[in-house]
Amino acid sequence: MKREVPLAIVFICGTFMAFQYFVPHYISAAIYQNALNWTIIVGIFTLVVGIGSLVDLHYDRIRFRKDSWKYSIVTLVSLVLMTVIGLSSPNAIQNPRGLFMMIYFYVLSPVIATMFALLAFFIASAAFRAFRARNVLASLLLLSAMIVMLGRIPIGDMLTGWLPEGLRFSDIARYILDYPNTAAKRAIYIGVGLGVAATSLKIILGIERTWLGGGQ
Amino acid sequence: MQLVTFGDLIWMTSAAFLTFCIFSFLFRDNPFYRFAEHLTVGVSAGYWIAILYHTSLTDLWLEPLGASFKALGHPEGSIIAKIGVILLNLTPGLLGLLMFSRFFSKTSWISRWSIAFYLGISCGVELPLFLQSFVVRQVAANMIDPRAIFSVMGADLTVLFNYGNSTLLFWQGFGQLIILVGSMCGLAYFYFSAEHKGFMGGAAKIGIWILMLGFGATFGYTVMSRISLLIGRFNYLIGWVSAIGDYFRI
Amino acid sequence: MTQAFWHKIMDIDRRWIYLVIGIVTFVPMLRYIGMPVQITSEVKSVYDRIESLQPGTIVMVPMEFDPATAAELQPMSRAILRHCFSRNLKVLSTAFMIDGVVLIENDLKVIAAEYGKVYGKDYVYLGYKPYMEVVLLNMGENFRKPFPKDYYGNKLDDLPMMKGVNNYSNLACIVNVNGTSGADFWINYANGRYGAPLALGVTAVMATDYYAFLQSKQIFGLIGGLKGAAEYEKLIGRNKDIANRSMDAVSVAHVFIILFIIIGNIAFFATGREKRI
Repeated sequence: MKREVPLAIVFICGTFMAFQYFVPHYISAAIYQNALNWTIIVGIFTLVVGIGSLVDLHYDRIRFRKDSWKYSIVTLVSLVLMTVIGLSSPNAIQNPRGLFMMIYFYVLSPVIATMFALLAFFIASAAFRAFRARNVLASLLLLSAMIVMLGRIPIGDMLTGWLPEGLRFSDIARYILDYPNTAAKRAIYIGVGLGVAATSLKIILGIERTWLGGGQ
Repeated sequence: MQLVTFGDLIWMTSAAFLTFCIFSFLFRDNPFYRFAEHLTVGVSAGYWIAILYHTSLTDLWLEPLGASFKALGHPEGSIIAKIGVILLNLTPGLLGLLMFSRFFSKTSWISRWSIAFYLGISCGVELPLFLQSFVVRQVAANMIDPRAIFSVMGADLTVLFNYGNSTLLFWQGFGQLIILVGSMCGLAYFYFSAEHKGFMGGAAKIGIWILMLGFGATFGYTVMSRISLLIGRFNYLIGWVSAIGDYFRI
Repeated sequence: MTQAFWHKIMDIDRRWIYLVIGIVTFVPMLRYIGMPVQITSEVKSVYDRIESLQPGTIVMVPMEFDPATAAELQPMSRAILRHCFSRNLKVLSTAFMIDGVVLIENDLKVIAAEYGKVYGKDYVYLGYKPYMEVVLLNMGENFRKPFPKDYYGNKLDDLPMMKGVNNYSNLACIVNVNGTSGADFWINYANGRYGAPLALGVTAVMATDYYAFLQSKQIFGLIGGLKGAAEYEKLIGRNKDIANRSMDAVSVAHVFIILFIIIGNIAFFATGREKRI
């Protein structure tokens, strides 16, 4: 019951959706559309469960005075405030001068953007400390990287503009992107496609059951 | 020039302050960074709840459900059909609510039904489409006629040997050959069911060279991507300083 | 230079590297030099396709980016929207990345206002729904199924632009600006299942992955990163917009990163390959 019913649900839903692709009948299409809509609704609740887990984690930290518990207060207070502001009126998310939008543009947005901007510093540090031409393959990777880097910026053409067409950095970079890069990514995508198909089939047939989690 | 109000300036300054809080992590981990990080986590979660409610939950579930209950009060239509519509609208919400059973250890197994539904739909949909787009279409695009490639390369070589100007078609043809052979060799590299010896070993070796060229290109672009993100923040900070200057008429 | 010197170089505190990269990125932004940007064929394909469309045709420009990827994708999306509006094309948009919903709505409103475009008549913003792979499939049948209303709560049938517009077959093309792996779903579902003509605008990190789809003609164009955005801005005659202005800083920063790689490797070999990280 606890494992059999979910496995049956996966099998029925998965098989129907896989076969529906080949069945243009209007009843099949109607069930297909409704099934997709149901999935979106279930998905909404799944995201809310994720937020619930976050609240659980931080509440736990505050209750048992774990490491960084004071910052957890900041998290929970800001969560509650933002939720109240966002749900306070039907137009809360559309009013450009409203509190919700202002917090989005001047609190949430800059922090997320800056967190990712830190990566520029880390990649510079990694370029200096970790990118080593230890062997032929690593050297090939670095050479390809440097040619593409120079080929995609104006300085690259300024440095090699005097060379005949086909030998400039931009031309070689374009060649690497159009041919070896395409070949490499094609091989990866074919592998990914086969992997996704195999995993989907395993889940539908009940061979892959890790998603059920532990316990009975 | 847009006029900056004092309120806008306060908000912009708070954004700049938070930006510097995050940048301070480059020096070392500190309370300002931790504060900004935790504030964002909370604000982000609240933002998600508001957006999910206003854009998705109301018009996909709450409103249709409300309408189907209201329809019970109308005289037209059979009661069985109306109850059927109510059940059709109620079921996905119930499935979604079952997800909350995960928070209670005794009833957490019920959430498997909702997960099973979502997983079944996703897997069923992905199976034919990933095969079509990622495998069939890609393999089809790789079916390049080698005779066409060699004839183009040969024609250009003839021009070269006669001291003519190369049209670079030789290299384009060679590139097509790289795609044709390189993709297969790349796949050979990832095929671990056969030992990489002899012909297979040679193919795998060519494959890894092609893969390294591809990854190098990706790394080169990654650098541009990361630098662009930093430029975005610097653009904001320059805008903030300009706004201060505009406000105080500097 | 002695081995001791190269050992010192290898052991340098990374915060000095951070400082250098911060300065070399910031300084070129203070004065616009305007290094020339070369147009690539994959970006020109997108421009040419939009340029070839008749006024009044509907183009879908779904945007999936958030503040984390906005620095690269916002200039690109703005250039595409400006191009569409300047050609009097109608624009249908969605946002499948929850953190970017408000950002994209604001951009659409501001740029549409620049061209005097009216909501509901010249452009429609459907907004956000979770689990985009499922929504993409449902939109292929009928936009109204996953989006009974638009972002502002209007029924789609009440919007003049959406009259007779049911699914992808009513669109001229889709130009998806995407900072997530959701680009794969657009290829698999919108193009794979429903045959919608598709172009992608992606971050530079992702751009190299989609050349295989360009070669197989599953996408008709590809705009990659800030450089791609700069090319598009140049094509629409807006050379002084943000992506073009940022290329100077990108160029200088790239040169320094290459120098770091070279110096790091010289130091590595000069120290007799003893230091292994």
